[in-house]
Amino acid sequence: MATPTLTRPAPSATTANSLKIRQPRKKLTVGRIAAIAVAAFIAVLWLIPFAWATATAFKTETDAAAPDVTWLPPSGFTPEAFVKVFQDGNIPLWTWNSLYTSAAITAITLVISALVAYALSRIDFKGKKVLMTVIIASIIIPPPVLIIPLFYQMLALNLIDTSWAIILPQVIHPAMVFVLKKFFDQIPRELEEAAVMDGASRLRIFTQIILPLSRPILAAVAIFVFIGAWNNFLWPFIATNDGNLLTLPVGLQTIKSAYGIQYAQNMASALLAALPLIVVFLFFQRQIIKGVATTGLAGT
Amino acid sequence: MSTSTLSRPRPESLRKPGSRTRSNLSGWGFATPFLAFFLVFLVWPILYGFYMSLTGKSLTGANDSLLGFANYAEALADADMWRSLGNTLYFTVISTVPLVLVALVMAALLNIGVPAQWLWRLSYFAPYLLASTVVSLFFTWMYNPQLGLINEFLTGIGLPRVAWLNDPNVAMWAIVIATLWWTVGFNFLLYLAAMQNIPAQHYEAASLDGAGAWRQFFSITLPQLTPTTVMIVLLQILASLKIFDQVYQMTAGGPGGSTRPVVQYIFETGFTGYRLGYSAAISYIFFGLIVVISVMQFVITRRRSA
Repeated sequence: MATPTLTRPAPSATTANSLKIRQPRKKLTVGRIAAIAVAAFIAVLWLIPFAWATATAFKTETDAAAPDVTWLPPSGFTPEAFVKVFQDGNIPLWTWNSLYTSAAITAITLVISALVAYALSRIDFKGKKVLMTVIIASIIIPPPVLIIPLFYQMLALNLIDTSWAIILPQVIHPAMVFVLKKFFDQIPRELEEAAVMDGASRLRIFTQIILPLSRPILAAVAIFVFIGAWNNFLWPFIATNDGNLLTLPVGLQTIKSAYGIQYAQNMASALLAALPLIVVFLFFQRQIIKGVATTGLAGT
Repeated sequence: MSTSTLSRPRPESLRKPGSRTRSNLSGWGFATPFLAFFLVFLVWPILYGFYMSLTGKSLTGANDSLLGFANYAEALADADMWRSLGNTLYFTVISTVPLVLVALVMAALLNIGVPAQWLWRLSYFAPYLLASTVVSLFFTWMYNPQLGLINEFLTGIGLPRVAWLNDPNVAMWAIVIATLWWTVGFNFLLYLAAMQNIPAQHYEAASLDGAGAWRQFFSITLPQLTPTTVMIVLLQILASLKIFDQVYQMTAGGPGGSTRPVVQYIFETGFTGYRLGYSAAISYIFFGLIVVISVMQFVITRRRSA
């Protein structure tokens, strides 16, 4: 412990590089060509639902419901369905609701999880073992088991039909606490010792030394939690009936009955709902894939 | 000092002498925000849910009295409860196998070294970013008996039409196909990350010994992936047991209850039937099942690694 090496690289390297794409220059053997062919076949299969939804969304309702199933409609493609959905639909409102509830869930989760993870990683306090065991054990609790008591609790707290009812129960991610703790464990303690000598407080060490070194893992946890919150259906579906508070996935469920057999409008709505995360993914593909791969095995 | 890292003295130097109380205070201080949410929104509901399961509580507020284990007795004699539990288990079995195998195949194909990897990853993983409702809208439309793309394809190659979501013998499989499309990308990413962590030297040595791509896959890749495979299978089983969204949205549990999973039965007894106490009891039976399965998995993996 004599030589605190401040220049030692941050431990982020281990996780951050785990998805570096190896692109070996191999010869084009028959086997490799076959592999590429199969991969391409699967990729096409996987894109068909998107393509078919897009083709349908740009048809007139008459063409979409025509008994002749074709990719190219007789009356040509038209953005009619999108215009209609935008005019009388609530998609922008639902998107906004999803955005701010998911952002709030992600922010609260990050703050409270990082704080407790730091305590579990660095501070020796009475009852730490018990706390750790209880948090680990709680990973096993499946959220659907909680819906009945949580709903009753929200009624009692008078929170039903508020955004808080959607947000608050979704901020507890025990598995993410351990992802963060494991990361903090790898940060060399020498980095903090100097700060302790200078009389820095725990909170200062945490915010000024630990957090800046933990950006990759914080981003990974944030991505994981955000995607989960954005797409969550069951709890927001139960927590609110107020049409002004519906999140995107829940709102989308209501259009099926509202539009009935308006296939083009159904597909236009689905695509508009899918768009935000797909666009974000196109821009941040690397970070999102890394994030999911690093947190994925820990998180259920 | 021995070279083993395990015997290295734990650096306690951050603790100044006599700072025991301060450590306790700051430890619990850092834990408090999480703990507050944890107690209010996880521990309390799980305990209160158990209390509810012992009462006749209903949304109409009719009967709050303690019934003991009457709800449990009723549930264990409830054919609909068993049927929904059976559907959940059936879905778990028939979805886990393709969700793990297809993910493995996808990752293996890309790992062989295809050009423009990001493009393939995009197409395999993108569906995972969709909300369940979007997936259900896509597939309900594709499964449409008269106007759907899938039946159009089947009749095109001379096969009969299938009533996908309306046929009790086929509906669960239709849900599995939609689920496979939706979530396999997640398992695929975990496999791909694990494969890319296998040191290249392993393959180089095997190449020198003249092992072909197939040999290398079965004698190096697959054995190296065993811990990943175990984890993916465990996580997939736990995820599949929670099935609700797609079924509720695509078939509403039908036709004739043939796809209704236990989470939907909990939802319906609680919110449509207003019987919160009874619903809580079924939740606890379901929870018990998950605990049993998790413990079994834990024992099996412990034995494997021992």
